[in-house]
Order: sequence, then C-alpha cells, then structure tokens
Amino acid sequence: MDRKLRVAVHKFSSCDGCQLAFLNAGEELVELFELANVVHFAEAGIVDPDARADLAFIEGSISTHEEQERIRRVRENTRFLVPIGACATSGCLQALRNQADAARWFADVYSDPSKIDHLDTATPIAANVSVDLELWGCPVNTRQVMATVSSLLLGAPPREDKEKLCMECKRKNIVCVMVTQGQHCMGPVTRTGCGVLCPGIGRDCYGCYGPAENINGDAWGRWLEQKGMPAERIARRFRYIHSEAEAFREAGRRWREKS
Amino acid sequence: MAEPSHYLPRSEFPRLLSVLASAGYRCVGPRVRDGAVVYEPISGVEDLPKGVHDRQVPGQYQLEQTAEPRFFAWANGPQALRPLTFAGRDKLWSAERKPDGSIDFKSDPPEAEPVAVIGARACDLAALYVYDRHFMQSAYPDPWYTARRQKLFLIAVHCTHPSLNCFCASTGDGPRASYGYDLALSELDDGFLIEARSEKGERILAALPVREASAEQIETADREIEDAGRRQVKGLPSRNLKDVLFARLDHPRWNEVAQRCLSCTNCTLVCPTCFCHSENDVASLDGSRSEHYREWDSCFTQRHSYIHGITIRPDTRTRYRQWLTHKVGSWHDQFGRSGCVGCGRCITWCPVGIDITEELAAICR
Repeated sequence: MDRKLRVAVHKFSSCDGCQLAFLNAGEELVELFELANVVHFAEAGIVDPDARADLAFIEGSISTHEEQERIRRVRENTRFLVPIGACATSGCLQALRNQADAARWFADVYSDPSKIDHLDTATPIAANVSVDLELWGCPVNTRQVMATVSSLLLGAPPREDKEKLCMECKRKNIVCVMVTQGQHCMGPVTRTGCGVLCPGIGRDCYGCYGPAENINGDAWGRWLEQKGMPAERIARRFRYIHSEAEAFREAGRRWREKS
Repeated sequence: MAEPSHYLPRSEFPRLLSVLASAGYRCVGPRVRDGAVVYEPISGVEDLPKGVHDRQVPGQYQLEQTAEPRFFAWANGPQALRPLTFAGRDKLWSAERKPDGSIDFKSDPPEAEPVAVIGARACDLAALYVYDRHFMQSAYPDPWYTARRQKLFLIAVHCTHPSLNCFCASTGDGPRASYGYDLALSELDDGFLIEARSEKGERILAALPVREASAEQIETADREIEDAGRRQVKGLPSRNLKDVLFARLDHPRWNEVAQRCLSCTNCTLVCPTCFCHSENDVASLDGSRSEHYREWDSCFTQRHSYIHGITIRPDTRTRYRQWLTHKVGSWHDQFGRSGCVGCGRCITWCPVGIDITEELAAICR
C-alpha cells in the first residue's frame, strides 16, 4: 500500500454508543491509529467532517434536515461507506416516530417545537445514500468493526453475520430458553453477532441485532400467540429497536393488522 | 462379550467414578443445568440427576424432580456425545507472517485427555457410529474428531424412560445399547447390572465390587428395556425412504411445512448425526496473524448452498427438503443406513415443534 487507509467515523442521530466499539478496543485502537490515518472521529477528538476517506463508519439515523445534507457530502467524500449499529441500519428507537404523528410527539415534548429541526421520519443511512456494507447491532461491538477494517486492509470482502442467533447458542451449548422456559426469545428471527449476550445469561433475545436472513415472522408470531400473547404485543416485539428493518417492519405490520 | 450378569449395588456406584478417575479418566456425565440434562464434567454421583424425569413434547422440554433413587430415569437432553467429539467451534490452524515475508503455518489438533462418558444412550451410540464413518473412516480422517474420539471411554445406560418424542425402537437403534460401548449399565432401584464389551471395559469392571446378578434382577432389567421400546408412541418407517422421497420433491407438504418452519437451524444442531460445518478466518488488525476456525453450520442457512454467486436453496421449502431428503434418503447411499437414530431431539428442540415423524408420514403416505 503506498499510503495509509484513511478512516472516518461519523455520527448522526444516535446515542454515541456504537463509537465505543472503537474507543473500548484497547490495544487494537492504538494499532488502528498506527495502521490507518483516522481523518475524522469527533468522539476521539479528531474533527474534520468533510475529510475524504477510503472507509467511513456511520453511526446514527437521518433525523434532521442538516443530517440529510451532511450524509450526502459524506457519501461523496467516501469510497467504502459502512453504517454501524441499529440507528444507521434501521433507524432504531427514534424511528418509532415513523409509525406515529411525529409533529404531535414534538409538541408534547418541547415547549416550542418550532425551534427543533427535525424530519417527520428517522431513516437508516441506506434509505438516503448508497452503502457498501452494514454492521448490525445495538450497539455494534469491537469484533465487528475491527474485523471490517482488517478485511478491507487485506483486500478481502468482510464476512457478513446474517445467520440466526440460535446457531451461536447451540455452538456454545446454551440451553434453549424458548423450549425449556417458554421465554419470548427472538433468537430464531435475529441475526447473530452479539455473542449470545442474553440467552447466555438465561434471558430471551429481544432482537437488538436486527433480522436474520430468511426469517419467518408469521410462524414465530404464531408461537407467541399460542403462548397467549396478544397480536398487538407481537407486533411491538418486531417494531421495537429495528422497527424500520424491512423484515421486522413487515412482520410487525401483519401482526398489527390482526390485532 | 461378557455375560451381563454382574450386579453393582447402588451404595457402591461411587466406586465406578473413583475407579475411572484412578484409571486416568475425566468423568463426563449427565447433570442438570438451566432446566435440562446436559453432559458436562462431574465430580461425584451427587452431580448426577437423581430422581429427575424429563417431559418432552414437540417444542417443549421440562424437568421434574422426584424423590426416586435413580440417576438415569430420563430420556435425553439437547446434546450428548456430539459436542464431545465434534466441537461447536475448533481452531484448525493459525498463520503468522514472519519478518522475512514468509508465512508460518501451525496446525495443532487438540491433545485430547481421556474422558469417560457415563450415560450414553443407544441412540447416541448409533449416532457416534455415523460420526465415526464420516470423520474417521473416510479417505481424509479428521484429526480433531479422531483425537477426542480415541480417548473416549463410553458407558452406556440402557434406556428405560423414553420421552414422548423418542422413536429409537422404530429405527432399530434402541432402547437397548447393543454396540459401541465399553461398559453398559441397566439401572435398577437398588443398583446396576453391568456388562463389559471391550478390554478397557473389562479392566474397569474387574476393579469394581460386583457380585453375580440374580435371575430376577436380569429379568427385571430386560423387562424395563423392552417396555421402554413398547411405550414409544412415535415411529419412522424402517425402510430406505430415498426413492419415495425423491419421487415426491414437489409434494405440497414441503410448502406447508415451510410455512411453519423458522429455519432457525435448531433441529440440525441438536441432531447427533448432522455434521455440517463452515470455516472462517479471524485475522489480526494488521494482517500479520490469522486464525482459521471450523464451526457448526446447517443446511438451513443461506451460506450453506451459496456457490459462486448463486444460492441454490434460497427458501425454507428447499432447505427443509434438503435436510429431510438427505437425512433419511440419500444418507443410505453415503453411510449404508438412515441418518435418523430416533432420539427425537429435532422434535423437542424445534421451538415450533415440527415433528419429523409426522412430516415423513404426510409426505410418504
């Protein structure tokens, strides 16, 4: 390589938590700064939002007019653009307003909502500009972001985690909380990547890594229905953290229609 | 084969564990963890699931504690021998780039320690026979499997408490263990009948304070095992189903089951004969070091049928059909028997309770 990889980490509407996947990386963070030229990473004190980058990680959803403009500039300045985390991949919690009367919510919360710049919707990055890879998770972890940097440095396509969480449970010999306890575990519809944080401590997965490939939201919902859960609550189970991820949105819509 | 006429009183059962430990084995056996019987290291008989029964129906597994004295009065748990031989994740090799630019490869099959497994079921041993064929007796034996497998000392316990999802009698694999073990036990209320089937087994047996079993004890044990077979309510046709299934690839039932199936992979990952895996690399950030892992995979994933730009089985209908047509159909060509040993795990651990015996009955009718 004749020059260092230029890496940027941008933030849009989000809690800042996904950027901690870099900041909490320990020695790997030091290594990242040696191997790459980090051109923008406000949370780490490096501020140059219009810097050109080979690789940009994007945290956050597009929720304001200013963000709508800024993400277009970032896209123009970036070769390989990677949304990270629930906000950037599906809008996360702030996208719940997409299903509601957003203006009314702002009026309820703020004494003078006219001073708040907001769009009626909070949308994932891919709904605004083209993206090259998405890292799912609320929040993403160090393994995910560093594996992406490492793959790209080696010139290999990063591996995508899209299988069901159940697979990782079984590999780790974790006893199924659905089958033994009837817990409302979203493992059969949720993508892996978290390392089985919740079933690993005996509680149900609530889907924070978003939909896996080829999910069957109808069958999973029917299972909850048989356990006595009303259709509206099944819909909310899907339309929670990843309400704007297509597979969860559509599964949630069908259950809402039944309620 | 020795006559199964030795009797070990229950009060002397701990001696079995101490004799195994003196012979250098780490004991792995059934114990209760997180609401299931799992096979993990045990340090004494107090770890065994005394008085525990399992209640299994499609999609549900529950344990019940009773005051009964028996340790093996349950059918099975989510896993038995599979993770002990074919681990969920194994590092196959690592590579390091040296200063002169050359690459140093290291591949270290595990230094397996001798492990004695107490409580293998007939279905588990039948499945191990398939694994042995696949992993050890092929043109390219698997060093990781082989290392662990060759250090196993297997103590079967004939099954007397089948679950509602068991059907080993119909596949011909149980409930009596008839091969593949070093020692076999029949559990009675007051003790165990014990027989050896290998030289290793004979050596352990010779160190135990056994006495000759009475005709009545033998008769009771035999009757309990036979009853266990008769009590099973599910069954598979015992014939080779390959031709029947391959003639029905367009049967409407494949569509119907796909409406219910989560394609969550649980059936394939608790199946003691499923051996699919994928491989992947974990590289250090600077690319100077890389580790290559093998981990459990399943024919229910998209990646499993992805070949150079094409996903051959894109939906649940084709994935479920692949699993079943292989498991009880083309498996015969590969291993000379069906891939189903009747343990019922795929029925119990399917969250939505899809029943392989019902699906096959509907498709092969």
